[in-house]
Amino acid sequence: MSSNHRSETGSTIAIRKPVFNSILRRLKENGYQTIGPRIKNETLVYEPIENIDELPCSYITEQKAGSFRLTQASHKHYFDAIPGAQSWKQFLFPPCVDLFTLRKNGAGWETSNSRIDSPGYAFIGVRACELAAIQIQDSIFMRSDFTDPTYRERRQRVFIVSVNCLAPSGTCFCASMGSGPRVKDGFDLNLTELDDAFLLTVGSELARNLLDGIEYEDASAFMLTTAEHALERAAQQMGRTLDVSDLPKLILKNLDSSRWKEIGERCLSCGNCTQVCPTCFCWDAVDQMSLDGKTTSRTRFWDSCFNPGFSYLAGGNTRPTIASRYRQWLSHKLGTWKEQHGTLGCVGCGRCITWCPAGIDLTEEVAALRKEAR
Amino acid sequence: MAAFQTTAVSTPRANHWLEPNWAEITAIANETSDVSTYWLKFVDPSMQANYSFKPGQFNMIHLPGFGEAAISISSDSGERDKIGHTIRFVGNVTRAVSRLKVGDVIGLRGPFGTSWPVEEMEGKDIFIASGGIGLPPLRPVIYHIMRNREKYGKVTLLYGARTARDLMYPSEYENWRQAGIDVEVSVDRSDANWPGRVGVVPMWFYQFRIDARKTVVLTCGPEIMIRFVIFEALARRIPLENIYVSLERNMKCGQGSCGHCQLGPYFVCKDGPVFRFDALQPYFNLEEF
Repeated sequence: MSSNHRSETGSTIAIRKPVFNSILRRLKENGYQTIGPRIKNETLVYEPIENIDELPCSYITEQKAGSFRLTQASHKHYFDAIPGAQSWKQFLFPPCVDLFTLRKNGAGWETSNSRIDSPGYAFIGVRACELAAIQIQDSIFMRSDFTDPTYRERRQRVFIVSVNCLAPSGTCFCASMGSGPRVKDGFDLNLTELDDAFLLTVGSELARNLLDGIEYEDASAFMLTTAEHALERAAQQMGRTLDVSDLPKLILKNLDSSRWKEIGERCLSCGNCTQVCPTCFCWDAVDQMSLDGKTTSRTRFWDSCFNPGFSYLAGGNTRPTIASRYRQWLSHKLGTWKEQHGTLGCVGCGRCITWCPAGIDLTEEVAALRKEAR
Repeated sequence: MAAFQTTAVSTPRANHWLEPNWAEITAIANETSDVSTYWLKFVDPSMQANYSFKPGQFNMIHLPGFGEAAISISSDSGERDKIGHTIRFVGNVTRAVSRLKVGDVIGLRGPFGTSWPVEEMEGKDIFIASGGIGLPPLRPVIYHIMRNREKYGKVTLLYGARTARDLMYPSEYENWRQAGIDVEVSVDRSDANWPGRVGVVPMWFYQFRIDARKTVVLTCGPEIMIRFVIFEALARRIPLENIYVSLERNMKCGQGSCGHCQLGPYFVCKDGPVFRFDALQPYFNLEEF
């Protein structure tokens, strides 16, 4: 036991749960806005938190195709409730951002850039699948040949407290996608929740400095083994599985399957799946002009390949049918994404299954395509 | 905690990648009843001096209050003091463009995308098959060939439009012929005054002697025409790698970020609009893809 020892990067320590409040306080003192999961309107949202008691303690979520329920649990765990529709995407790639404003100036226009007024965020409770999703969006918005400044400005100031996921829900399949339930890298602090303590793995110099002088103990062999077993159990408890063995080839070889038409008859083309997906990155930009015609502001917002206008061309839409739009979405996620960005576009978080009003389940659809291809 | 720094600061945003530069309309040439060519010059002279593009590339033009549209550059890439865009008035932005006058200022971002392989195809016969509004993105190739005629073998332009009134740049055909380009024009529907060919572009292929070993095919036009042009080219044993296609898709950013123009693994705005056909083939015959 020690209170002024400095923990090393890569090492794992244990803290009593209330001590986590000191970490939240320190993050705040250092200018971070601490964001974590909270219960609101019978679901989980990501909002500012200042105290661990604001987290959904003693809750788990029951998730099925088209269904999300918060349920009381008998344990006193803070991080066992699998998130709702929201993901961290909304902070790094906000649903709506002002890009610039144009003001009429004689015959021409004067441009004034909007500023980023976002705080530095500290994300509290980033699950393995969600961290994998952030890393995927990093590779999209911060490519070597092109970086989106609106994303980079936000991303480079984020402090990530990730969490090993010990209570996967019915629509989870991160174990199939290789993105969870164990957090691998990319965090500042990684947390594993035991009954009476948090194990903390120090992932960055920033986190090491943050923990300086905090009250902690060394993680005992018993604690580490307990955590290890819990993680192994979680990997066995996934509500869904997805066989990725021959993806993306399976999808790309079956682009003319009749299955797409059949899905198109069930799909409402509402776009929920793309809005809740933590990796979906498509956006549109529009001009909004003031009534006097002297000022125009250009705004960027999330778009969806399920919107009929997404593929609008003067000669008609490229994808006029719902079947073609669903095929675009799935063949991108589990197919062409790989060639574009080096990974599949799915992390197995299950949101698109839970939040689909028609209960369409991509793991089922891939299995059906596989069966058909056989 | 000295090394732990405050990070919550407001930083100015560098949005240059989406901000338009301003260009003045210096001339407007009416091409057909719903197509005009707009000649633009950057308001900032140094920007004009530094601007260069390759044949086949496009710009995003921006009309404040209306938004952006992707328009291919139809002028000579060797011409440094003005940039031509041939625009069909068919969408929100382009219809608003039709109301602009000489002296008006519009926004411009670019150039974006891939270009026709004008250097790689030196020494080859060139067969250009184009329809309707598909000629403007190919006109820079024609100008390039005219300036470097000795570097190319036989050059043929097979061009078609719905009617004689829909043909682009008819007054230039004679110049092109005099520069050693075989210009063959066809219309889908003719009237009594039309002396030339009648029929869609792909059906004339059989009349041309095409040496499959040394011919490069460039094509742009309605996707249905492109489809049959490729069919005809392949039937003449022209290798996939010698066929180049320019495609049109909905484009918003020009940088492969917004996702609208995706075609399979490609972002047409950055991996296209000009594709070598072997890259496109797996996705090309899929309807609504």
